[in-house]
Amino acid sequence: MIGQLDLSTLQHIWWIIASLVGSLFLFLTFVQGGQTLLLTLASGDDEKSLVVNSLGTKWEITFTTLVLFGGALFAAFPKFYATSFGGAYWVWMLILFTFIIQAVSYEFRKKPNNLLGTPVYDTFLFINGSVGILLIGTAVGTFFTGSAFVLNEYNQVTWQTPFRGLEAALNFFNLSLGLFLVFLARSLGGMYFVNNIDHNKLTEKCRRSVWVNFLVSLPFLLYVLVSLIVMKGFAIHAETGEVFMQKGKYLMNLIGNPVIVTLLAIGLILVIYGVVVTYLQRKDHGIWFGGVGTVLVGLAIFFLAGFNNTPFYPSSFDLQSSLSIANASSSHYTLTAMTYIALAVPFVLGYIAYVWKLMNARKLTLTDVINDDKAY
Amino acid sequence: MLEQVDLTQVNWARAQFALTAMYHWIFVPLTLGLSFLLAFFHTIYFKTGNEEWKRLTKFWMTLFAINFAIGVATGIILEFQFGTNWSNYSWMVGDIFGAPLAAEGIFAFFLEATFFAVMFFGWNRVSKRFHLFSTWMVAFGSNLSALWILVANGWMQFPTGMQFNPDSARFEMHNFWEVLFSPVAISKFTHATSSSFQMACLFVVGVSSWYLLKGRHGLMAKRSIIVASVFGILSSGFVAFTGDEAAYTVASKQPMKLAAMEGLYDGEKGASIIAMGIVNNTKEVGDNQDPFIFDVKIPGLLSLLAKRDIDSFVPGINDLVYGNKEHNVIGADERMANGKMALANLKAYKNAKELGDSASAERILVEFNKYRDDMGYGYLNKPSDIVPPVPTTFYSFHIMVILGTLFPVIFLLFLFFAKKGTLQSQRWLLNLGLACLPLGYIASEAGWVVAEVGRQPWAIQGLMPVSVANTNLTTGTVQTSFFMFFALFTLLLIAEIKIMMTQIKNGPEEN
Ligand code: HDD
Ligand code: HEM
Ligand code: HEM
Repeated sequence: MIGQLDLSTLQHIWWIIASLVGSLFLFLTFVQGGQTLLLTLASGDDEKSLVVNSLGTKWEITFTTLVLFGGALFAAFPKFYATSFGGAYWVWMLILFTFIIQAVSYEFRKKPNNLLGTPVYDTFLFINGSVGILLIGTAVGTFFTGSAFVLNEYNQVTWQTPFRGLEAALNFFNLSLGLFLVFLARSLGGMYFVNNIDHNKLTEKCRRSVWVNFLVSLPFLLYVLVSLIVMKGFAIHAETGEVFMQKGKYLMNLIGNPVIVTLLAIGLILVIYGVVVTYLQRKDHGIWFGGVGTVLVGLAIFFLAGFNNTPFYPSSFDLQSSLSIANASSSHYTLTAMTYIALAVPFVLGYIAYVWKLMNARKLTLTDVINDDKAY
Repeated sequence: MLEQVDLTQVNWARAQFALTAMYHWIFVPLTLGLSFLLAFFHTIYFKTGNEEWKRLTKFWMTLFAINFAIGVATGIILEFQFGTNWSNYSWMVGDIFGAPLAAEGIFAFFLEATFFAVMFFGWNRVSKRFHLFSTWMVAFGSNLSALWILVANGWMQFPTGMQFNPDSARFEMHNFWEVLFSPVAISKFTHATSSSFQMACLFVVGVSSWYLLKGRHGLMAKRSIIVASVFGILSSGFVAFTGDEAAYTVASKQPMKLAAMEGLYDGEKGASIIAMGIVNNTKEVGDNQDPFIFDVKIPGLLSLLAKRDIDSFVPGINDLVYGNKEHNVIGADERMANGKMALANLKAYKNAKELGDSASAERILVEFNKYRDDMGYGYLNKPSDIVPPVPTTFYSFHIMVILGTLFPVIFLLFLFFAKKGTLQSQRWLLNLGLACLPLGYIASEAGWVVAEVGRQPWAIQGLMPVSVANTNLTTGTVQTSFFMFFALFTLLLIAEIKIMMTQIKNGPEEN
């Protein structure tokens, strides 16, 4: 059946898959948010240990999701992979740096003779959770605000600023999106701890922090949403394929596509509901609402950028260099082969969920951490 | 296609790739091999219920986790570096090359990541059976990731299952199975994994030898040595067998690499292998100097290994550069002429297409297809450009092979004295075992230097030289990121070694 799909359908399928992986990543940044809470919320060695060990069984999933996001884009939209990573060089390099220092920190932070000392490794975790997520947010922001690059006739990228992507952080829209993600991640991190840790004093603080961080994230979210509605957007002319600036483009994408509006609305409601049950109703399962809500919001954002004749990686410098799912994808054969491979994704999600359920069946307590000689 | 290539920039990008890949490879082989050893230890504990085996398993697991963390940290850079530093490559071959990378993520990395947490933290959280299952899944998952990435790498050494599309000027996949089951991919996968098992066994033997030398944890050390030596011997056999297979595929797919591995300038029938030698560094392609200052040869063996026929002709560097009519070797000079024709026709084809002149386009395309296979040579400046650095390739290859012959002997000796029950008193052997720990790492890195330096100047054998594969960056930019990686990775490596040594010093009780 997959063999019969036409190129355009496959491109749409792959944008949906890539969006799903990206959105799952946004949910899983509760790990990064949790890492920032390590310095700003957990006090004393006990609370710190609980926080780190609670995240310790999950951080790799987040990390691997980011890796898969990269791999999926490479295989399905190689022109984007080449243009964005090769072009916005410094943003990606810095993002990667924050993930390098994250990966070693869990294992190294409490080990004797670890060269840098626990506070440095904890700071590494904080940097990954703050700077890393902020930069990822600004990079996603450029899906709407565009970047300054040109592709030559052989599709080789030339970046027009020496900052190679870092300039994106100077744009208020991108910055707002980044900050929104940072505070959302913190809020999700709090929800996750409430769900996973058995320690009254700590979880009380977490509940409050879920609420506070959500409130702080709101203005940034509002700014992003309002801007999306009023801003000029990048559009592709349906007949000529020419890229041009169109007033209210993203508003039109929203209105014109009930699926996106629905995803966005339900997603936001779920996130708010997750916050409310955690803070006001003192329940422990807010993370599931917050998580699913985040995935839906993420999907809405990616769909808004990629579907309906919209170039998802626009060039503000040379409109015609902009990348869309139609011109950036790999060939029909590769997309077909990749779609077969993607049939394994539900299976992967299945065993991840199963293992999650097993490992989190019982909440993490202080005695667990003290008794477990493998604890971080 | 690329008019002004900044060679210093390309070389810095190569240096950066080499640096990050070689750091990654410090940690990867231990993961690949130790994960199986853990599975063995864990299985023995599961079967016997003996707490000693649990302690032993947990001890090696601690070391595994420290190594694993930094392995993951160095891996993510490699994945994205194709985009950041080799973006033209990524665009031109993303259709083929991206697929295994994505498959690696879906099939392998999630297995590793998910079950690693269970293996490590699951002692009191999941059933014993599921826990054991998880340990096996980590071993299976890590080695599966090796499969996919080596398929990708194998494809660069022997591009197959694809076609050049003149309209998009890209290489496009047309047969996934050919890519997956290419002989080079298979020989890479089997050799890289088995040699990693061997290296991990040396690690376990080395650390255990140290305990025996210090007179600590004798029982644990001996048990570890026995399991590791048995696995080590089995792997060694496999390493030699697959190494031979690797050399055979190199001979047929990358004859220039083979010639460089053996320092063979003038091809011959019944070519000999250099058992040992010192390369003459002033030797250049085409001159009359002796390639070696000193050498010990075994006649006929190279022909036998490369072609499975002791009398067969093995082309040398000079034959491959200038051609050899008698033996039907086409030289790089001729291929360069073909390549330039291919590139010129490609350009003409594009122009004709733009003018809408489809009749001429068709005609030019026929012409292009005649020379298509040598297209990569069109980017070269002179025929001798196809020669990789001979001394580096030669020495790395010989170091690897010499060590590869030594290691099984070590394992046998350990097993012999362990059976006799006198291991503890063979201090010479224990010292040797300790010394072999770093040698395992050296052999493994040397193998990659052979594979990667030996394929220069090609990013994709015969089709794309590295100078065409790179990203349009300034030299300064790449230099900066090179030094950033160098500093960070070195810092983390030092931290890792310190932590590892401290854990080993403290031994199992403290864990
Ligand atoms: C413990 C490490 C180790 C040991 C003892 C050996 N190898 Fe090896 N070798 C590797 C570790 C390695 C490696 C790191 O795994 C490489 C690099 C690329 C690859 O696929 O495997 C490799 C590559 C490699 C190549 C190049 C393949 C290519 O370029 O595609 C050849 C021809 C051999 N090996 C042959 C041998 C032979 C004949 C050995 C003698 C017994 C041997 N190796 C021992
Ligand atoms: C340039 C090529 C390579 C790329 C792009 C790459 C990419 C990666 C990435 C992204 C990770 C982190 C995965 C995670 O999220 O858990 C990783 C880890 C790993 N890679 Fe690589 N890798 C490369 C070379 C290799 C090779 C040649 C092998 C084996 C033959 C290998 C085996 C592994 C293993 C076993 C891990 C697990 C972590 C560890 O090292 O202990 N990789 N790699
Ligand atoms: C992890 C084990 C590996 C090691 C230790 C390694 C080692 C090296 C070395 C030493 C170089 C520099 C060669 C030179 O420029 O003279 C290099 C270059 C390179 N390697 Fe590898 N390599 C590894 C795996 C891989 C894999 C799995 C891939 C692809 C899938 C790969 C792709 C490349 C590329 C693209 C370059 C840069 C271009 C070039 O110089 O050819 N490497 N590597």
